[in-house]
Amino acid sequence: MDVSQYLDIFIDETREHIQNLNTQILNLEQEPDNMDTVNEIFRAAHSLKGMAGTMGYKRMQALTHDMENVFSEVRNNNIKVNPDIIDVIFQCIDALEEYLANIQESADEGTNDNAPLIKALNDILAGKGAEAVAPAAAPAQEEAAPQEAAAPEGAEKEAKWKQIPISDSARHVITEATKDNLKAYGISVYIQESCILKAARAFLVFKTLEELGEVIVSVPSAQDIEDEKFENDFSVIFISENPLDKILKGIMYVSEIETAIGDVLDLNAEAVQEEKKEEEVAAATTAVVPQKEAKREAPEPAPTNPTAPAKTGTEKKSSGKPVVNRTVRVDIEKLDVLMNLVSELIISKNSLVSAAASEVGSNLAFNEQIEYLESVTTNLHESVMKVRMVPIESVVSKFPRMIRDLSKKLNKKMELYMTGEETELDRTVVDEIGDPLMHLLRNSADHGLESAEVRAQRGKPEVGSIFLDAYQDGNNVVIEVGDDGNGIDIERVKEKAIERGTITPEQAENMSDKEAIDLLFLPSFSTAKEVSDVSGRGVGLDVVRSKIEALSGEIETRTTLGKGSTFIIRLPLTLAIIQALMVVVGNEKYAISLGSIQTIENIPPADIKHVQGKEVIHLRGSVIPLVRLNELLEVESVSKPGEDLVVLIAKKGDRLAGLVVDDLIGQMEIVIKSMGKFVGKCKLISGATILGDGEVALILDANALI
Amino acid sequence: MNEIAIMKETTQYITIMMADEIYGIDIKYIDNIVRMQHITRVPQVAKYIKGVINLRGEVIPVFSLRLKMGLEEIEERKTFRIIILKIEGNSVGIIVDEVREVVTLENEYTEKVYYDSNDPMQNFLSGIGKDGEKLISLLDINEVVADRS
Repeated sequence: MDVSQYLDIFIDETREHIQNLNTQILNLEQEPDNMDTVNEIFRAAHSLKGMAGTMGYKRMQALTHDMENVFSEVRNNNIKVNPDIIDVIFQCIDALEEYLANIQESADEGTNDNAPLIKALNDILAGKGAEAVAPAAAPAQEEAAPQEAAAPEGAEKEAKWKQIPISDSARHVITEATKDNLKAYGISVYIQESCILKAARAFLVFKTLEELGEVIVSVPSAQDIEDEKFENDFSVIFISENPLDKILKGIMYVSEIETAIGDVLDLNAEAVQEEKKEEEVAAATTAVVPQKEAKREAPEPAPTNPTAPAKTGTEKKSSGKPVVNRTVRVDIEKLDVLMNLVSELIISKNSLVSAAASEVGSNLAFNEQIEYLESVTTNLHESVMKVRMVPIESVVSKFPRMIRDLSKKLNKKMELYMTGEETELDRTVVDEIGDPLMHLLRNSADHGLESAEVRAQRGKPEVGSIFLDAYQDGNNVVIEVGDDGNGIDIERVKEKAIERGTITPEQAENMSDKEAIDLLFLPSFSTAKEVSDVSGRGVGLDVVRSKIEALSGEIETRTTLGKGSTFIIRLPLTLAIIQALMVVVGNEKYAISLGSIQTIENIPPADIKHVQGKEVIHLRGSVIPLVRLNELLEVESVSKPGEDLVVLIAKKGDRLAGLVVDDLIGQMEIVIKSMGKFVGKCKLISGATILGDGEVALILDANALI
Repeated sequence: MNEIAIMKETTQYITIMMADEIYGIDIKYIDNIVRMQHITRVPQVAKYIKGVINLRGEVIPVFSLRLKMGLEEIEERKTFRIIILKIEGNSVGIIVDEVREVVTLENEYTEKVYYDSNDPMQNFLSGIGKDGEKLISLLDINEVVADRS
């Protein structure tokens, strides 16, 4: 079979499953008893096995098969999860990632058999074997007298068949059968918990029963049993001419059957039992009641009723799991095309708006239509943007695993706290942001957090915390990465910079803390005393910063020595279309992203003060430096001297600046266009846009101006 | 043997006038030729970059070929055109004095030129072509758009 066409899907899905495994196993490490998690892991391993098998990746299949086996045992409570197992499983995941990397590169899984891992997995399985022998032996002795032995086993091994509701039709069949000298029995069969092929065993039991008589009702239904949708037991109502002993013996003859309990069915007793049970059920969860009622109304035998509690159980479980969204995979290029078309539409709408504005006494209906078009394009734009948005979860979900590994490697206790994983960003940004975040987290783990002894001295909790918080703030998404560690030692940064000749001692003297921290973002600057393979190879913060700036974002640092430090990354929500303020400087029109502007002020020239030769204004308690845009942009101002200045108060992080422009045009939705490769880098300009009249206006990067 | 059937390798050029001299641009680089239009100035860039224009929704930078070639800038004339070049998927416009015609030159009649490389203008030439009696200086497009500021 040619499977190459499925390779992309395979790679995508495998990556998802591996990521899921990573997350779930981290959960498992925290709560080893969480069965939801175990089930999830089992499912993921199972899917991986199936997919690898289909694609013909034998080694991958073998490994996942053994992983699945281990979790099957965990699921059946035969193996207790311990840190050793978790470690082995993590190694398995790494191995799977390696396979995946090979497959992605060459469509071949490579030649690594990972024999040690498979052996480790099998050892785990074997280890369980020894443990499992003991509990399995006990019920074995009870086989001789199953019914009596069942009692001390407790509620677990009760004769569940007694709970089977007998429908009228079944009752009729039983009555008829008794008349024919046949006997009706109720039988509950318990399969050993270690059994892997439960469905197969159940099938054999059914086969045996069918040879001896007729199964009237089974719980769970035969179909569910076939699909392995049952715990470890099932019950049947059975009609046979054979004595009970023979039947039970026949059942026990099937291997891996723990016990079988049976008795002659007494229809009268059954009725009482049923009533009692109904009360119980009614008193139990409300969710069960409607289900049961529905069942009772159903005309056919209703054998599934006792599974109702079990079913509600699974329902509860599933509510804890993340609901899988219904999605369609779309090529990002197709989205780009769609996005471009929307951009075109917005530009032509802008032209219409400006045409309508210039038309003197234009008619009302026309304007109305334009307004309608405007709202349609805005909505269309928003939905296309939303399609391109993905939660940052896809990148941050690998971090807990990374921190766990770092914790072991660095021998420091640390815990990662993440919030806002659901925060959404443009797909292109999300793809790029992973590495910088990873760098910052590694930095926190390696440089930020102190060793356990130092932490103890400082009265900090032994386990260091690293946090990653993401949230939306206006038109930006903010991601904060920080720790409660040592913080940045500014004096040491300065020393290091002097040592390297980056700055002179005099410069260091006059340097503000902020400037000193900025030194960290210079290429090849690492303050770690020892170079480790975690971080501190000299590539680091400068790469982080350039990557974030390439995404039109910015990074800010807050630190308190001894208390910890935080890196704050600010990223634009969308890259393509923004709300902008159109301004006039000289005779030229410029756009400035509205997101970076706080207020617009009219300032009389008399209010301008001079501090160290720089123009500043005093506004509501803060001193704000003025930036004359016409000077920066090399044009003659068209404002007359003595007139009030139009000042835009722009904000970058916690810094403010007043941008002096000649006039305001107004707010406008603009499509950001790249200026192409051949225009040399102009720091002030972040792009261009096309106005309604077809003219090109440049977009000023407020961040570069401050 | 039919001698007429022998095809000679040829290249098509668009000829332009720059300061009364004829230059040729390989047609494979030319995407479009448009009239002069409003050019939005870009601050803080090299002088020969005149700014950007809107060409059917694309923002395209425009260079002055005169400034790039070290010629004097002259007042805009009616004959001025912007030739849109497409090089490896990137578009750029160059302002030329005048666009003449399309000529087909046989490759064997185009010659490499080796001038004094100190003359900045000749760095832009890939060779000289002969169209009958006329000599056409062939522009090396990659040199023309290269950043040499």
